[in-house]
Amino acid sequence: MTAAPLIEVRGLKKYFPVRGGVFSRVGAWVKAVDDVSFDVGRREVFALVGESGCGKTTAGRTLLRLMEPTAGQVRFDGASVFDLGKRELRLLRRRMQLIFQDPYSSLNPRMTVGGIIGEPLRVHGLATSKELDARVGALLEQVGLAPEYRTRYPHEFSGGQRQRIGIARALALGPDFIVCDEAVSALDVSIQAQILNLLQDLQESLDLSYLFISHDLNVVQHLADRVGVMYLGRLVETARTEDLFREPLHPYTQALLSANPVPDPGLDLEPQVLPGEVPSPLAPPTGCHFHPRCRNATERCARETPPLREQPGDTLRQVACHLYDEEH
Amino acid sequence: MSARPQTYFGRVWAELRTQQRAVWGLRIVVTLAVVALFADFIASDKPLYMQLEGLTYFPLFREYGVQLGWMRWQPELLNADFAALNRVADRALWPPIPYASTAVDLTGEVFAIPSAQHWLGTDALGRDVAAGMVHGTRVSLTIGLVVVAIQASIGILLGGVAGYYGGWVDVALSRIFELMLGIPTFFLIITVAAIFPPSIYVIMAILGLTGWVGIARFIRGEFLKVRSQDFVTAARSLGVSDARVMFRHILPNAVAPVLVSMAFGVASAILLESGLSFLGIGVPQHLVTWGSILAESRASTFAWWLAVFPGAAIFVTVTAYNLLGDGLRDALDPKLDVH
Repeated sequence: MTAAPLIEVRGLKKYFPVRGGVFSRVGAWVKAVDDVSFDVGRREVFALVGESGCGKTTAGRTLLRLMEPTAGQVRFDGASVFDLGKRELRLLRRRMQLIFQDPYSSLNPRMTVGGIIGEPLRVHGLATSKELDARVGALLEQVGLAPEYRTRYPHEFSGGQRQRIGIARALALGPDFIVCDEAVSALDVSIQAQILNLLQDLQESLDLSYLFISHDLNVVQHLADRVGVMYLGRLVETARTEDLFREPLHPYTQALLSANPVPDPGLDLEPQVLPGEVPSPLAPPTGCHFHPRCRNATERCARETPPLREQPGDTLRQVACHLYDEEH
Repeated sequence: MSARPQTYFGRVWAELRTQQRAVWGLRIVVTLAVVALFADFIASDKPLYMQLEGLTYFPLFREYGVQLGWMRWQPELLNADFAALNRVADRALWPPIPYASTAVDLTGEVFAIPSAQHWLGTDALGRDVAAGMVHGTRVSLTIGLVVVAIQASIGILLGGVAGYYGGWVDVALSRIFELMLGIPTFFLIITVAAIFPPSIYVIMAILGLTGWVGIARFIRGEFLKVRSQDFVTAARSLGVSDARVMFRHILPNAVAPVLVSMAFGVASAILLESGLSFLGIGVPQHLVTWGSILAESRASTFAWWLAVFPGAAIFVTVTAYNLLGDGLRDALDPKLDVH
């Protein structure tokens, strides 16, 4: 990457208060996203992977400022997203969009498809009412649906079609950056492939950048340029997709990859089974969050939190593990 | 796709129609609305049409024109007694009940028992009870609808704001809701009615301004539920304004349960107004309402028709709205969808 990245996330934190007891005092904090930093380059697909509850969705929503962050910085094309006023933020919303996991709850059941896709154009004053129908029709065609579907309601469509409608809505404002939050996880495998191909085609033809949030490693391997692995609110490893899948460095990444089903009956891999459960985010382990389940854990891992460090000779390869400190 | 109706309210309507009681409730409500709307043409002391000395008049219609200031009475009809003129008229077409609800007639037909002439009898001032009942429908329905409209406006606004913004806004508004619940409405009304001159508008204002808490809490709960759905997040990420998100995206998905409390609200407003009229508070003397007819029976217990007819009307109306509300609640509840 030569040019400055489109998105720079630095030290992003999002803590949720846990209230309880008399007068709803804040008893504890859930550190859903804890000091996460990464970049998304222009025309790049950066994937965030991890199991459910690791904070990847919260990270995506917070960097779009759909939730207020606890701390940290996000720069979008140089502009500091968290410092923008209401009006500037509204202008920036045209450039960054979101695609949802659940195609059922993501479309307002009381609005027509035309109303749903046309709304962003209308509220931003980007189309007159005369142009609106044509613009909506063009967007529907862009995602592979007939323009006549404009007048129908969401419940008349299948999951895959509804996901296409959601994509058309996200494209309406002509964004540069889209957060795809588990965008294909709720779909049948055959439909997943269609939607993935659509997302890939759109990314290439419209020069989009994606933050692709997923727990499905096969999907990520297919689509992403780079991958970040999250565990209990922290980023434990980032790498180019092919490097990560060829040689995972962090013990958690290794375990995650070994547990991934590969559609090849001839392949006989021994999955690495992690001992224990994911700890409660209310009381995460000290030091490295992964140490109670890590086969390489030392006494230092329980004491000291390993920072995300660049690996020698590769600026795009970062890992947060004490194992790789000695190699300096 | 499916053979079922397409829109959400189409489905609710189909569900509602399967319930006998709700359908009857709706029929009665619609009938009452028609009676209220056309009260002047059902009971009036002016004929719809009268031919007198070769000239044709439409006194009932002209009365509207005069009231609106668009017309004047023909000089010969000014202060005319149409009942007397009827004897010399060539032809006349009268409303089914040829009396005004307020027409005092002390010439001998006081406390007339129900007969062919006065279907539901007359009261102590010789006023026709049937005419009073018809015009009372209008008062009752107006009060019910206006009160619920005020309640719904306040309730939706405050409940919506509390549910949408959450946090300290919600805490503050919820305390206000609880405070309002603690106010004894009936005694507040009696107090306020004692201060202000008797007026149906004052009654509507008090009932409307005090009874919105139920709707507000309903709406708050629905907003809390709906605002966490993805399409609301989508709207916000598209830069849609808070007001538009609230009213265009959340409200249409949250309003259905409120219809139920609105139906019950109409019933309770009608009942309250009748109670106040019965006690002789709030509604001016000259205005005939169901409650005020009922109140007359207190002093004249022998005149059973003064108690039975308005009592039955109140009973039927309140029951009809409650049945409708009940049916709506069932129709809106997908868990009860057995069909």
